[in-house]
Amino acid sequence: MIANLELVIDICLLAFLIMIVFASIKITDLFAVTMLFGIFSFVSALLFLDLDAVDVAFTEAAVGAGFTTVLMLSALRLTTRFENVKHRHSLLGLPIVILTGAALLYGVADFPNMGDANAPIHHHLAPDFIRLTQQKIDIPNIVTAVLASFRGYDTFGETVVIFSAGAAVLMLLGMGHVERKQEPEKNLILWVVVKPMIALILIFGLYVQFHGDFGAGGGFQAGVIFASGFILYSLVFGETYARKVIPATILPRLSALGVLIYGVTGLMSLISNKPFLDYNALSSNPVGGQHLGILLVEAGVGLAVFSTILLIYYSFSGREVIHYE
Amino acid sequence: MIIIGWLSDVCLLLGGFLVLTGAVGLLRLPDFFTRLHAASVTETLGAVLLIIGIMLDTGLMLDTAKLILLICVMFIANPTITHGLCRAAAHGGIKPAMETKSPMQNSTPSDSKNIYENQIQTETGVSGKAPK
Amino acid sequence: MIAAAIVALLITLALTLIRAFMGPSIYDRILAVNSFGTKTVLFIVVGGHALGWFSYVDIALMYALVNFIGTLAVMRFFEQYSPHGERS
Repeated sequence: MIANLELVIDICLLAFLIMIVFASIKITDLFAVTMLFGIFSFVSALLFLDLDAVDVAFTEAAVGAGFTTVLMLSALRLTTRFENVKHRHSLLGLPIVILTGAALLYGVADFPNMGDANAPIHHHLAPDFIRLTQQKIDIPNIVTAVLASFRGYDTFGETVVIFSAGAAVLMLLGMGHVERKQEPEKNLILWVVVKPMIALILIFGLYVQFHGDFGAGGGFQAGVIFASGFILYSLVFGETYARKVIPATILPRLSALGVLIYGVTGLMSLISNKPFLDYNALSSNPVGGQHLGILLVEAGVGLAVFSTILLIYYSFSGREVIHYE
Repeated sequence: MIIIGWLSDVCLLLGGFLVLTGAVGLLRLPDFFTRLHAASVTETLGAVLLIIGIMLDTGLMLDTAKLILLICVMFIANPTITHGLCRAAAHGGIKPAMETKSPMQNSTPSDSKNIYENQIQTETGVSGKAPK
Repeated sequence: MIAAAIVALLITLALTLIRAFMGPSIYDRILAVNSFGTKTVLFIVVGGHALGWFSYVDIALMYALVNFIGTLAVMRFFEQYSPHGERS
């Protein structure tokens, strides 16, 4: 009964995804396509949840449905709303598409079945991760343990990538400035409702940040949620006030500080003759050291993600709107 | 305990029915404001009933508190969004359909000053090809 | 009964999706997306309980907040969007 239900849900969600993709190819109104992408993100996160990938679903929810929509709208503000469609069909495209599709289908035939216990991915590192997480790190969420401790190098690299993405956007677009006439109209209901909502979002962000060892979540998701709170403030009360709460000039420094916290945590274990990012050296008790290391590293990731996302939002929304005639 | 199970079942059924009714209204009603009202009113009550049904089924634990918080968020957020959307649509030039004609048509006399009217018609032409 | 609620929610998602495809005005699409988001939250709560997803309540709560922010951003965008970029 339950297995059938899961199958039905999977099939329905995948059908939704295909329908959304076809519709967004057909529709030329870029705004409508942005809306459809929002729905696409909702559906794919549901699919991730159904596959028991909770942390991935969490990230998709935080980034895909909220921040990407805001960013796309900010970009859409700077260009025209309708796609310039050129009706040009090339016959060469058809065989290429068919060949690629056939190759992909042929490749899919070699995949192991979903949930197959003999699949290669369940045999090399996964059993070690599951065993060692209980022995050495002792936190319930294995994903956080793998992300922050076993694969600490990779996460460090990702944090640096996020930092450099923020730096690249800053170099290309600049920080922008706020025009007076772009301020939102005064809407009393929104003002009253949004104030407690922001408090709730910020507290929820902190909860996700520090609860990442026990449940879904972690630094990355918490950073996005925290930034969303400030973006909400900026949307409702105007960007002039938002830039007074968190000045744009402080954000690049915070972003660098996040990466620095991560790096210094690694260097501390290097000082006491252990490998880079080996948290056992942080405390006399190895398990306690792991807990402390994961906490510090997650804090660094959260800070870097938060400031980078807010920085990108500022640089997009601070651009002057160009009116195309 | 059996009574709580029954209550939960009733809440789930009623909530599912309400949400479904709202979606049918969202699809079938003639103009934007009626669709807005169909979606928002049923959605808020249906959501609360569904969540209460789940709460009764799980029993008392930490998740119960979070679900109550979720009910609060939805109870505040949904009407606010409805209000904002209604206001934006009224400012943006969407007019309620006064006569009952075929659905999907705003039957007010066309106003040449109003850019949004033209936009609606072009959009209908574009999106009519979208897969159903 | 939970299975019935899940099926009802799936049908609801499909109907809302059709409204998002059809439009006709941009506000209908915004309404459809917001409605889809709310239904997703409900789906996570009901399906998460029925199928035993891990810490589904956190994700549902997060989705409710994100949906609110996203819809507000869209409305704010339309408030300041100038009609000069429209197709003539």
